[in-house]
Amino acid sequence: MSTVPTLPFDPAAVPHVDQVGVEERAAGLGKRSIKKDAKKAGIRLAISMIDLTTLEGKDSEGKVRQMCRKAIQPMPGDPTVPHVAAVCVYPNLVPVAKEALEGSGVKVASVSTGFPAGLVPLPVKIEDTRRAVAMGADEIDMVIDRGAFLAGDYGKVSSEILAVKDACGEAHQKVILETGELETYDNVRKASHLAMAAGADFIKTSTGKVAPAATPAVVLVMLEAIRDFYLDTGRRIGMKPAGGIKTTKQALHLLVLVKETLGDAWLTPDLFRLGASTLTNDLLMQLTKEMTGRYQNEDYFTKD
Amino acid sequence: MSLDVRKTYKLYVGGEFVRTESGRYDAVESAKKKFLANVSRGSRKDLREAVRKAREAQPGWAAKTAYLKGQILYRMAEMLEGRAESFEKVLRDSPGLSPAAAKKEVRASIDRLVHYAGWSDKYTAILGTVNPVASSYFDFSVPEPMGVVGIVAPDAPDLLGLVSHLAPVIVCGNAAVVLVSETSPLASLEFAEVLATSDLPSGVANLISGRREELVPHLARHMDVLAISDAAGDAALSKQIGQDAAVNVKRVRRYALPDYFSGKAQGLDYIEAFTETKTTWHPIGV
Amino acid sequence: MEAERPRLEFGSAWEYSPAPESKDHVKIEKRYGLFIGGQFVPPKSKKYFQTINPATEEVLAEVAEAGAEDVDAAVRAAEEAHRKRWSKLAPAERGKYVYRIARMIQEKSRELAVLESMNGGKPIKESRDVDVPLALAHFFYHAGWADKLEYAFPRHTVSSIGVCGQIIPWNFPLLMAAWKLAPALACGNTVVLKPAETTPLTSLALARIIQEADLPPGVVNIVPGAGETGAHVVNHPRVRKVAFTGSTEVGKIIQRAVAGTGKRLTLELGGKAANIVFEDAPLDQAVEGIINGIYFNQGHVCCAGSRLLVQESVADAVLGKLERRIATLRLGDPLDKNTDVGAINSKMQLEKIRELVACGVEEGAEIHQSSCAIPAKGFFFPPTFFTGVAQSHRIAREEIFGPVLAVMTFRTPEEAVEKANNIPYGLSAGIWTDKGSKIFKITSKMKAGVVWANTFNKFDPSSPFGGYKESGFGREGGVQGLRAYVELTS
Repeated sequence: MSTVPTLPFDPAAVPHVDQVGVEERAAGLGKRSIKKDAKKAGIRLAISMIDLTTLEGKDSEGKVRQMCRKAIQPMPGDPTVPHVAAVCVYPNLVPVAKEALEGSGVKVASVSTGFPAGLVPLPVKIEDTRRAVAMGADEIDMVIDRGAFLAGDYGKVSSEILAVKDACGEAHQKVILETGELETYDNVRKASHLAMAAGADFIKTSTGKVAPAATPAVVLVMLEAIRDFYLDTGRRIGMKPAGGIKTTKQALHLLVLVKETLGDAWLTPDLFRLGASTLTNDLLMQLTKEMTGRYQNEDYFTKD
Repeated sequence: MSLDVRKTYKLYVGGEFVRTESGRYDAVESAKKKFLANVSRGSRKDLREAVRKAREAQPGWAAKTAYLKGQILYRMAEMLEGRAESFEKVLRDSPGLSPAAAKKEVRASIDRLVHYAGWSDKYTAILGTVNPVASSYFDFSVPEPMGVVGIVAPDAPDLLGLVSHLAPVIVCGNAAVVLVSETSPLASLEFAEVLATSDLPSGVANLISGRREELVPHLARHMDVLAISDAAGDAALSKQIGQDAAVNVKRVRRYALPDYFSGKAQGLDYIEAFTETKTTWHPIGV
Repeated sequence: MEAERPRLEFGSAWEYSPAPESKDHVKIEKRYGLFIGGQFVPPKSKKYFQTINPATEEVLAEVAEAGAEDVDAAVRAAEEAHRKRWSKLAPAERGKYVYRIARMIQEKSRELAVLESMNGGKPIKESRDVDVPLALAHFFYHAGWADKLEYAFPRHTVSSIGVCGQIIPWNFPLLMAAWKLAPALACGNTVVLKPAETTPLTSLALARIIQEADLPPGVVNIVPGAGETGAHVVNHPRVRKVAFTGSTEVGKIIQRAVAGTGKRLTLELGGKAANIVFEDAPLDQAVEGIINGIYFNQGHVCCAGSRLLVQESVADAVLGKLERRIATLRLGDPLDKNTDVGAINSKMQLEKIRELVACGVEEGAEIHQSSCAIPAKGFFFPPTFFTGVAQSHRIAREEIFGPVLAVMTFRTPEEAVEKANNIPYGLSAGIWTDKGSKIFKITSKMKAGVVWANTFNKFDPSSPFGGYKESGFGREGGVQGLRAYVELTS
């Protein structure tokens, strides 16, 4: 993973995005009607792609342990519901998660690089990453320096991604663009290309701390960047929308965007993740409704 | 025989029915001096709050499509139509109109709302222009709303006067704070129920009852109110408004309509009065 | 790691289940009469024709065919309604009737959308989200003009014309009925409307709405039939204004027929619009615009972007994207909510498309087609585009009216403008570029009535629509669209 060569990044060559056009396309795909078997399959697929996330100052060992149990078996009593893809926590909670998830197939993802603002010196970012990996993180979700990006210092942004990639070692690297702060679709597209050229394994929309986060149009822009990168280089980069994804409807909409922009190969947790915390229960409620025909009540689903 | 549950008339601010923060009231009597209701004697703080809510609501309202704004005004007409009889009753009580006159006023108010609903997606085409400047530029002018507009409604006709001045102000994207008729406020305050059930976003129209002499100066001097529609018909008051308005260069429109039922009491001019013109230049060339 | 060229695979991973729009709430009669004088009446012609669902070829209903006597009865009913009621009504009251129609279309939206898709073949996604909402918006918009005409025509005395004969096509049946009826009624005229022979059902549903709205009898009359019925309407001596939307060929026939009669005429005819993509266009959105321009409504659109003029420097990139994009277009049952491309409206139209496509291949252009499965029953044609097209090819000059795009390249803006304008038509055009000044420059040179910049196929009742040259004359929508329906004296 860390031996993939980086590519030159030319900001002038990045395609421009028309806001009205891209929002129309993203909204149009939201009209796909996903019913019955497709809905059940989509829900199960979405569950398998979740990075179950807790990133609060008040996170504790107990909280993380409970969340891990939910991650392994989201719906006790129903073995057809898969485990989630990963659990996403702050570095200090990595060992707890690692232990709780031992042998389950659920990965441990850690944020790093001074998440969420990322305004700490580079050596600190690197150390942050190294330690998280040493404590057992399989995946690292890093943030880019948005200030440098908006100031046009692309070299700085790229070199930081490279340095962190190095510190990741065998762990896979997700690069968070924080699209809510980049604001324009042109910037999102540009940052996507920059991150992929610098070797990111995944590009991710948001830290979840800034709104707007993973809107359908922003996700579409990033998927189109991934598509073009793949067609140019043959490299498949993964995508993770995070922040504001609360309902099944939203999750399925995002899957439609992936399916119709990138096709079959990306419909797997290896290449697509959903950063979410409360989404899981809505997915489970919808799945139960599809299977029983009855609308559901929150009280019947665990809040871990 | 079941006792009727009498209505408490409140102010309508920010989409909510609230009492005046001052706790004061004025009694409203019928033409035969029979007690009808206590209405809120609005204070400057109520006014301040209304302007705040209007300011908050205005950008979102202006951004809605003309089509949607028209639909909402049409819905107001539908709601008023559905409540026609109850409004006629209120007008018969206060100011004490004959049944025929009450009916006439309610019908005219409904039609006026329909009239302005139909302007929402048309005034731009008539007021806007493409200007043939003598250089290689695409040059166009569009009418835009001003912001928060203060309206001093006439004492009579109560309902029709309110509708005649409120509808043109909001149809083009402004938000309004209205000082309703001082002598017969009941039908105006009841109109808040039509506003509240018409999908009009909270804060776009706010109705305050009370005494003009206490409230008008605060409206006319408010730095966040960008225009005044003065239909009070009081020369001394108008002069004061004119002077006070200068504090932030408010646009002041004074109306002294002899007959609110005539066709001259509605039309494009009433909308145009509350729009600003924005002209944009863009080069033409490859 | 990829050994060969990277390819995207749009296959069967997570297939969408069928998502049929329910149709059991839609009421279709077995037999429809003519709508004359506020009633559904049997035809004096004694003739009926069948109307089908082009996606399944099943018969939906029998519809009365208006003969010469029927058209005469309709015109007389319209005249009487105009003379005795409609022209005497206060304009604001007229407006309120039209508002009622708008509201009732709104209430019956879903039923009308399903009916439109069943009778015409277009995807439910389009009839639900485009046709019906726009139709009701047209009634809503024009309702508001009824009492404001003095503003549209200052310093003139405005009056209505009288009886208008209106002939509409099969590609947007309900919407075209709205485009014709709304301004005519708002301006105080009465109408005899002839829907297209393959798509009478939504016009007849509209007739029912008009009845329920209590419109004075005879204000709107609907006389289904084919070319002959249309000719009776056009030629009737008491029809004072004719409005026609359809092919240029028939438009010319009507223009000849009406010459010297004093009848007012507006025509909205065919097109062969150029969608021009410059190298500095936002390419992904441009590709969506191209797709929307030619495959929306199966290309059955007079203003369809049926020619793509792409700047040579980005031609490969654009064509690659186009090829990948048509792979995700879903063709099939119009009532499936996930269908993007529905049925071709009729067997006849399907034959025409096939003929021209075969011609394209014969003339030497290179054909690219979606490999989507085609249903066994019904009339369907896959999304298609041709490269290597020359200006002189038939597929570059003739209106195909199907999901077929002709692609040509250009090097400079001048060349693009020249090629775009080098056809007898002039209905619409599309310009794709990120540069604002270029937009204004190029749009100012297009000989087309509607020019879309960085978008395509956008319609609004407040925005005038109509063509230059052989795409017809007159405008529909906006202040300009009222002109055709009023008599002005200074």
